[in-house]
Amino acid sequence: MKLPALLTADGLRPRVKWGRLLTPLTFLLVTLGIVILPYARTAGASSLLDIPSTLVGVPAGDDLVSTMSFLTFFGTFVAIYAILTLGLNVQWGYTGILNFGVLAFFLVGANVAAIIAKPPASGEFVEYVGGFGDALNIIPALDSSQWFPFLVGLVGAAAACGVLAFFLSIPALRLREDYLAITTIGIAELLRRITIEERWLVNGTRGLPGIPRPLSGWVEPDEYKFVIFGIVVVVLILVFIAVERGIRSPWGRVLRALREDELTTAASGKNVFAFKSQGFVLGAMIMGVGGAMYGYANSSISPDTFTHFFATFIFWAMLMVGGSGNNKGAILGAFVVWGLWNITLQLQGYDLPTAVGSRIFFIRDFVLGALIVIVLLLRPQGLMPEERRVSIWVERHARRLRGPPPSTGRADVPSD
Amino acid sequence: MAAVEATYERLLDQFRGLGDVVIGTIVWVAALSFAAWAIVAETDGPVALAWAAMFALVLGAGGLMFRYADTLRRRGDDLIVSGLWANILVFGAWAVLTRTDVFAVGVVTGSVLALGAIGLTLIYGILKFAHFAHGDSMMLAAYIAFFALTGTLVGEREDTQPLPWSLSDLPGATDRIPYPDQLGGGDFSFGYGLLIAMVLSAVAMALVFFLLDRFVYRPLRRRGSGIVIFAIASLGIAIAMRSLMLMFWASSRRLYVPGIRPTTDLPFDVRIVTDQIFIFFTAIVLAALVYVLLFRTKLGKAMRAVSDNPDLAEVSGINPEQIIRWMWLIAGALVAVAGVMLALQAQLKPELGFVLLLPLFAATILGGIGSPQGAFVGAMIVGISQEVFAGVGPDIGLSSGYKFSVAFVILILILLVRPRGLFGAKT
Repeated sequence: MKLPALLTADGLRPRVKWGRLLTPLTFLLVTLGIVILPYARTAGASSLLDIPSTLVGVPAGDDLVSTMSFLTFFGTFVAIYAILTLGLNVQWGYTGILNFGVLAFFLVGANVAAIIAKPPASGEFVEYVGGFGDALNIIPALDSSQWFPFLVGLVGAAAACGVLAFFLSIPALRLREDYLAITTIGIAELLRRITIEERWLVNGTRGLPGIPRPLSGWVEPDEYKFVIFGIVVVVLILVFIAVERGIRSPWGRVLRALREDELTTAASGKNVFAFKSQGFVLGAMIMGVGGAMYGYANSSISPDTFTHFFATFIFWAMLMVGGSGNNKGAILGAFVVWGLWNITLQLQGYDLPTAVGSRIFFIRDFVLGALIVIVLLLRPQGLMPEERRVSIWVERHARRLRGPPPSTGRADVPSD
Repeated sequence: MAAVEATYERLLDQFRGLGDVVIGTIVWVAALSFAAWAIVAETDGPVALAWAAMFALVLGAGGLMFRYADTLRRRGDDLIVSGLWANILVFGAWAVLTRTDVFAVGVVTGSVLALGAIGLTLIYGILKFAHFAHGDSMMLAAYIAFFALTGTLVGEREDTQPLPWSLSDLPGATDRIPYPDQLGGGDFSFGYGLLIAMVLSAVAMALVFFLLDRFVYRPLRRRGSGIVIFAIASLGIAIAMRSLMLMFWASSRRLYVPGIRPTTDLPFDVRIVTDQIFIFFTAIVLAALVYVLLFRTKLGKAMRAVSDNPDLAEVSGINPEQIIRWMWLIAGALVAVAGVMLALQAQLKPELGFVLLLPLFAATILGGIGSPQGAFVGAMIVGISQEVFAGVGPDIGLSSGYKFSVAFVILILILLVRPRGLFGAKT
């Protein structure tokens, strides 16, 4: 599956020499941007030049509170997108499956969780199937907390995505890698269309507002953002641990072996299709959980969210920037890309030249698109390269045989 | 033990084609039941007669293929291909006989898709990767032509014309080109200015593709990246192109020529927009040119050689890099014409590009990757299916919004039944 005559194998070497500084610098810059921009705006800066002067004074309590509130909100969504990016990392980073239809699983996860946790449809312009929220809210002492429908919704979303992924893997996974990419774009477009056209299913273009939020009865509405932030972070940590454990297990080693060389893995007696299918399904289930968390955190979902650009591409940007094949990298990527996203949102609040201000979102999209290409060209391993996970004995033996290894981590990506 | 193994091997060999035979049978049953349904549904005398002829023809062709195949494996393969063709013929005949109007529109949509799919299949065949920026390139090309023609860019509040001059300012450039009087019918909606804009856009897109190859794909190639890396890179480029379009022309729908477009009456009560006739013939001429280029010139021969086996081609004194450069230039020009045709047929809208990937890839894979004639046939099938569905769908309770999903269904079916497509080579 490669282009033998066209290549001179000079790859496998990170091109950027200041690579060591790149990761902390990026992290620092994004963090600064995401903290300073909203703070300075609430503190009264109206143009970018005012920012330094607002920073020197003593911070007013209100400004800090609103900045904190923004940061909590931001952190919640970073964690949610990190879950989705982890799902993509299982598929692409570890198994080498090209999924250009993250949208499909995001959408299914969010909608399934929503219709499970919502009360039955009522009212004139509200139509959806499901609505088991009241039936599931079975524990009297905790009924205002909505925690049981929430859990069932999470499981249901993961299960629905898993089943969808399994059926998708049948026609496409046995064939060339890129067929799956095309197939997933197709299913994403089909599902997107279905949610819009079939009003009875999930309320069509109106979307699903008022999704019950877990533990919402326990705290004041103003403070709920901290609760949901906590819940999302707990889910993210659980997913992260699960993926790390899975990838470090023998099962995970087979996935990575598959990614590097299918033929050799098959020759070692592994069922290539079964393992790829498992990787695909696991990734899809994680995406389903992420989608469900999106619905719960946002408390409503709208079909406008589920566009190919937002719901598929952004996760690719996160994974490629963060470093495919590294779970921490996936989380960092979610932080950096969503940070850039929010920095542009914040910049819009400042006085910018109109030519830039009116186009700032398109400029951001262009930068994200270009960023993927630049990462592939200059730093294919991303901000955090994949860690070496070969047995230490194998490494030592290899060093004795032919000198130190050329690089740490995976410089180029799988399936050559 | 060894004897058991040998027997098992022999049995396996005997039935190796069994799966294909089963699939082929299913495909045939589908074709025949569709035909039977159509005959029952359309009971008019001449129509039924045409159907009977069709039926006999299809059965005869399939039978012949089955008769002359020797092993079970070959038979299974032949059964699938003949069954697919039977399906296509039956569907085509049904569409022509009962939905002539949407069939005609489908042929035009198919022509637009064909222009895109031929370029896509060239890239797919020679570089082996799925070019996910193809749909957006078509749209970008359409916008470049739009800019050349009208000089319009979106400004701070409303459209502006930053250049002092655009093609529309040429004398008579926007006067409608007349449709030949002998044939009757309305004029084309555009003047010769659009044709010049199209040529300019073709040059620009060829240049864009050339530069992309020089600065993105060639470095990746040199590094020996896998085909999936190219796919991801092209996805990034697709997004960048889309954002550029939004940056310069915003997301509003645009047309080359505003207003109502003249129509022409064709035989069999078909009335189509006159521009669509132009689209159809442009596609035919360009497809023929590509065919001549690939199969009658030395460059085409070299391109096919690189597509078949780059190593062998290089040993035979072909410079693959040079061939790849030519390929990008040709694909760029084709993409530009396809984009302008698309905008003439539908409209200019940045979001359209990405969704367009589905029918393009469905056409490419249906026809068989790397086969331009396959891409043409595949594009026609996909285009006609889409438009027929959009015409028929509402009657059976499915919104025409599912139009692009028809391509997806075709794609899934072909991947299940015959992944190498109708004209694809064995891999």
